[in-house]
Amino acid sequence: MAFKQITSPHAHSAQSTGKVMQLVIWATVPGLLALTYHFGWGSLINVLLATATALIAEAAAISLRGRSVSFYLRDYSAALTAVLLGLSLPPLAPWWIVVVGTLFSIVIAKHLYGGLGYNPFNPAMVGYVVLLISFPIQMTSWITPLALLPDGLSHPGIIESLNIVFAGYSPADGVTGATPLDSFKFSDGLLVDQIYAQNPLFSEAAIAGVGWEWVNIGFLIGGLILLGSRIFTWHGPFAMLATLTLMSVIFWDGGSSDSPGSALMHLFSGASMMGAFFILTDPVSSAVSNRGRLVYGALIGVLVYIIRAWGNYPDAVAFAVLLANFAAPFIDNYTLPRTYGHTDRRRATEKEED
Amino acid sequence: MKTWVTPGGVHPPENKQQSLTLPIGNLPLPDKLVIPLSQHIGAPAVPCVEVGKKVLKGQKIAEAAGSVSVPLHAPTSGTITAIEHRPIAHSSGMLAPCIEITSDGRDKWQKYEGFEDYENATPAALVKAISEAGIAGMGGAGFPSAVKLNPGFHHPIDTLIINATECEPYITADDSVIRERAAEIVTGIGILSHMLGRPHNILIGIEDNKPEAIAALEPHVAESGISVVSFPTKYPSGGEKQLIYILTGKELPSNQIPADIGMLCINIGTTYAIKRAIVNGEPLISRVTTMTGEACGINRNYETLIGTPVSHLLTHSDFDQDACSRLIMGGPMMGFSLTDTDVPVVKTTNCILAPSHQEIPDNQPVQPCIRCGLCAEACPASLLPQQLYWYSQAQDHDRLEAHNLFDCIECGACSYVCPSNIPLVQHYRHSKGQINKARADKVKSDQARQRFEFHQQRIERAEKEKEQKRAARRNAAEKAQTKTAASGSAADIIAAAQARAAAKKVSPEQQQAKLERSIAGAEMRVQMAKEKLAEADVNQTDEQKNALIAAVETAKQKLEQAKARLAEHVKQHDLADNGEKVD
Repeated sequence: MAFKQITSPHAHSAQSTGKVMQLVIWATVPGLLALTYHFGWGSLINVLLATATALIAEAAAISLRGRSVSFYLRDYSAALTAVLLGLSLPPLAPWWIVVVGTLFSIVIAKHLYGGLGYNPFNPAMVGYVVLLISFPIQMTSWITPLALLPDGLSHPGIIESLNIVFAGYSPADGVTGATPLDSFKFSDGLLVDQIYAQNPLFSEAAIAGVGWEWVNIGFLIGGLILLGSRIFTWHGPFAMLATLTLMSVIFWDGGSSDSPGSALMHLFSGASMMGAFFILTDPVSSAVSNRGRLVYGALIGVLVYIIRAWGNYPDAVAFAVLLANFAAPFIDNYTLPRTYGHTDRRRATEKEED
Repeated sequence: MKTWVTPGGVHPPENKQQSLTLPIGNLPLPDKLVIPLSQHIGAPAVPCVEVGKKVLKGQKIAEAAGSVSVPLHAPTSGTITAIEHRPIAHSSGMLAPCIEITSDGRDKWQKYEGFEDYENATPAALVKAISEAGIAGMGGAGFPSAVKLNPGFHHPIDTLIINATECEPYITADDSVIRERAAEIVTGIGILSHMLGRPHNILIGIEDNKPEAIAALEPHVAESGISVVSFPTKYPSGGEKQLIYILTGKELPSNQIPADIGMLCINIGTTYAIKRAIVNGEPLISRVTTMTGEACGINRNYETLIGTPVSHLLTHSDFDQDACSRLIMGGPMMGFSLTDTDVPVVKTTNCILAPSHQEIPDNQPVQPCIRCGLCAEACPASLLPQQLYWYSQAQDHDRLEAHNLFDCIECGACSYVCPSNIPLVQHYRHSKGQINKARADKVKSDQARQRFEFHQQRIERAEKEKEQKRAARRNAAEKAQTKTAASGSAADIIAAAQARAAAKKVSPEQQQAKLERSIAGAEMRVQMAKEKLAEADVNQTDEQKNALIAAVETAKQKLEQAKARLAEHVKQHDLADNGEKVD
């Protein structure tokens, strides 16, 4: 009688990488719903188009690398990257924007670095930044939220949306508009109170910006679900949101015309919540230890604020995350946890004494 | 009582109920028992019986080899039928020396007796008795208990921890022993307490998933100074380091043993064995082993003789080989797989697990590590398993050590939670092995370098001393010369030199004898070379033959030279008539 020789442990939990990725994809649904409700079908088309492109690109890259396509596609990592990129792109962006961005994410940012688990940078954010730098016009025209559309105008329907995306039709006047961060940044010479009184994006909003606040709440809900499912720990998101809040409180400046804006606006505008819960929690490109993730998240929070307040771009999550990706291995060297039985934390760069 | 919470840990399905529905059972006597000589940490025992010898149950069949070792005893009466290498339960699947006993079916004990009153016995006598009874830790490691308990050996113990955690899923050996034999266990703890000079704290650490066991202990520990401390179930709370922290809030410093901080941990099953050894005088020849898993129709605990083949347990547990996905000795987290069912149960075998394919399916293919960090959340030692894995693949030993690889207790919690199915623990074992080997190599090469350096120094020193002596002689000679030049005459010096030369000169007869000896030697060498050549003809290559022919020629030449020198000598000294005839 002979049995297999297998090393311990023999038991295994039911968790798998594919399941983790799928859960994260599902957790984006509240955010996607909010986006679709407030900004029309564009985001959904982005997500679906990006996913289709990503799966094809992933399959091609994997077969070029001589691996099993069906096995690797089932880890859902390409689909997740595509969903996150699709969610960050402006609704109703031309199809080629989505395709170019996705191809860059999957082929260059992921597979050229060795595929899943080996990419030093967040692939979705690499794709996003490449697009933002290369095609600034397409990347900065956002859709007017539903509540602020001129009377008698509505968001394009599905067919019309598809025509805009694939056939290059132009959306009707008034359908595109600025984002709250945009408007705020380019309202020079006005006190914060004046901006809030004059601009319907703020005056008709509950806490931060019409439509945007709900998108951020949607991602916050999805993020909390993931946190509850222990997909990631609280350290990264908390550190980012806390430093973002702290920075905006410190530099609030009493609401003068130089003020970069309130903490509430920074937390619930732009990609803050999506960044905190879906982007910087990408484990591959982030710092590894809990302490490291605190530093990593805080660094992103500070960078987001600095770029938003004093940089050239109204939003900054993608740049901040990529810069922090650079720093992650360095952070890792100095943030090892204290091991049981040791009095001090060690540094990863320590050499054994001879 | 206050307990502390360790970081990390996992909650695999406990699966302990299956084997607890029946009380501890007894198996029919197996026909043959195979007792490995090494069932403990330390030197293997040395057989003290020969093949063919009849032994009684409990009779010693192997002696402890040195201080860190334990003796072995016959688990039943019968005949020694083999002392040879057999498959044993080891992850390498290797063979190891074993003693085989063929049972005579009578199961007849040899005469034995325990201490009537252990409280009046000296700790040293009790240590000796425990050592003689062959007791080694029964929780898994198999460290000889007598070594742990030797009072002169360590620092004073103020906290005695009895490990009744049994945190591995499926295993209920300790649980069932506590339920059925609590009184004897408490006596065993009393013996330990007496041996250790009554430590201040005696704590029985037990997970809260064993309420029956806790209830069984409570009445016996009342007013004994022993506390039963229960704490929330979590794997691996039963690790020695983890248990120390849970019960005392203190961490065992890296590279130290519990005795260094005044503690001693001992498995509760071992305390039962100690009671049997001291009070009843029985050596350790059987233990309670859990037989469980869906591939077995009967799940229960058995009082199992050491040396019982696993196949014997399986046969009596309604085992279905086809339903079994793998066979495990120990639990599903740290147990090791058996390839052969003939291996024997040993002193550390707390469980035989025969899971079905649904229970423990085959391993899934490995996916890339995405550094999700679930492993770091699960690690009870606060390591970063994902980084260790990374550096382990890169064979970056400096980084591995900086990440405290050697504080890994190989509990398997990281592999358990890994969503990419990476066998992390296997990588760590491999890296530990590599680093240990590199360390050993380094020690060796350091020694070699030191030896070489000393050698060089020695040569230099000798050279210097010689140089000094030469210088001293030169100085002395110069001084002497100046002295003679000043005082003595040249004629005296010449006469002295001639006298020295004459003394050195060898007489012609001696010279001739020497030359004749060299001729005889040369002749012999020629003869030997010829013989070699004759032998060589059959099997050797041309090249080798040519070398031999050349050797014969050289020998002949040398002989000629020697003869020529002798002839010259004879001619010079005109001794031809005295010398042997030269041909």
